[in-house]
Amino acid sequence: MKLQLKNVHGWNPDAHLSQLVKSMPPSGIRKFFDLVNEMDDAISLGVGEPDFVTPWHVREACIYSLESGITSYTSNKGMPELRDCISDYVSKDMELDYDPAEQILITTGVSEAIDLAFRATLNPGDEVLIPEPCYVAYDPDVMLAGGTPKSVPTKLQDEFKLRPEELSSALSNRSKALLLSYPNNPTGAIMTRSDLEDIADIVVENDLLVISDEVYGKLTYDGKHASFAQLEGLQDRTIILNGLSKSHAMTGWRIGFALGDATLIGSMTKIHQYTMLCAPVMAQVAALEAFRHGEDEMLQMKHEYDLRRRMFVTGLNRIGLTCFEPKGAFYAFPSIELTGISSEEFAERLLREQKVAVVPGNVFGTSGENFLRCSYATSGEELIEALHRMEIFVNGLR
Amino acid sequence: MNEILEILSKNAKTTPAEIAALLGMAEEDVAKEIKELEDSGIITRYITLINWEKLEDNPVFAVLDLKVALQRKTGYDSVAERIARFTEVESIRLISGDHDLSVTIRGKSMKDVAYFVAEKIAPLDGIQSTCTHFILKSYKEHGVIPMERPKPKRLVITP
Ligand SMILES: Cc1ncc(COP(=O)(O)O)c(C=O)c1O
Repeated sequence: MKLQLKNVHGWNPDAHLSQLVKSMPPSGIRKFFDLVNEMDDAISLGVGEPDFVTPWHVREACIYSLESGITSYTSNKGMPELRDCISDYVSKDMELDYDPAEQILITTGVSEAIDLAFRATLNPGDEVLIPEPCYVAYDPDVMLAGGTPKSVPTKLQDEFKLRPEELSSALSNRSKALLLSYPNNPTGAIMTRSDLEDIADIVVENDLLVISDEVYGKLTYDGKHASFAQLEGLQDRTIILNGLSKSHAMTGWRIGFALGDATLIGSMTKIHQYTMLCAPVMAQVAALEAFRHGEDEMLQMKHEYDLRRRMFVTGLNRIGLTCFEPKGAFYAFPSIELTGISSEEFAERLLREQKVAVVPGNVFGTSGENFLRCSYATSGEELIEALHRMEIFVNGLR
Repeated sequence: MNEILEILSKNAKTTPAEIAALLGMAEEDVAKEIKELEDSGIITRYITLINWEKLEDNPVFAVLDLKVALQRKTGYDSVAERIARFTEVESIRLISGDHDLSVTIRGKSMKDVAYFVAEKIAPLDGIQSTCTHFILKSYKEHGVIPMERPKPKRLVITP
């Protein structure tokens, strides 16, 4: 029998929690996770990570480093070779120059970089404008940093891009920063260079800092990813957060990086050195290998996602779940408006009745209501079977 | 590389309808293109990759390296084409290095293969030397690792 320490000592841990933590809502995904976990034969389109294993040459490089005994701390900012390598890579790939000594910080996943960017820049009451639907960590991370998240809705008719009108009407005199997250999780939306130019004036006029989570940047289909930092004169105003989790199938390694102005990166480094010390060395070694020799396999995985994307989106539209063309990441975001039920009910019933797991769109913000997030980072066969089951379910609703 | 070929090279059973869905093409167009690839000899055959080691009476494979003494008027081609006709020969390739031809042979038993080499290949005109390597275990064939460990499971839902 489990000892009930609480009763024995009359001690209530709940009373010792911070008000802030208590006020944070639990993740909407959690509930769904428990539901799906109870079933063993469900097809899950709910997974926000690649279905590929990290390419062998990357794993092998890490194994070799362990055999060689490379197990120590690295410099707080990350291994110099890795920072040099990222600097070269970004210079070639994005035509942006960052000094590896002062403008690049290696982090424990983009997750840590998001947290650091907020903590290094926000004062109590500062507002961060966050276009939604969006990745679930931004709001809580802003709150933990003492700031206030301010949602900016994006809409299907704009292909879930951030439009200047929406941004303007969300501004206040406490607006401090704008978070951009394109290609977007959960919508698959992208912002092209000209879309970014449309909002640039507002950013400058209101002296906003831009925090740009570009973790899906490499997964941009038809054309190349555009970053706000690439706009004329706006590199210093932008902190780019990126990593290898999605593009190189390296989610479990926990490796990311931040690029930006030396003062901003320096302040982020200050927090990082006290809270994280450094990113895991084995992941840094693996990242170095992935940057140096991983381009081909990365492109192959992207090609595979692209094939599935076209097949899956065509399939969704065919069965009556209208879906705009997602141009990045590995998510499709079909509308279920025509079915007349909420996205939560749809997802729950689809799971129980047809054993297909998707994530209801409202988990990612209120603009996500009436949509579903379906990840196509799943094998072609499973996607075809999932479409088949979804078709049966949708027909049953009519 | 042609995208249809890429898909078929991984799984020859992918139907034109499935390929059409993957590539966003019309099914008829895919079928037509496959027909053209077949007619022009780019697609030569659809075969099944078998993990023979799982069978009880599995065949024996050997790699045979040959040195060829070229004679007037006959090049490697005539020797190689001659050897290629034997049904025991799975593949034959002209290679660089110490040897000239590399032949893969399939037989019922080691004895079978040994006899075949001794009686049919070694005595051929132009064959200077043979070196037979029996294959003991296969780790990867045609890009496929037959005994690959199952893919580790991901969490069912992640943000
Ligand atoms: C938009 C976005 N940013 C960041 C992350 C976290 O990335 P990392 O694994 O690098 O911490 C995710 C993961 O799902 C994501 O979707």
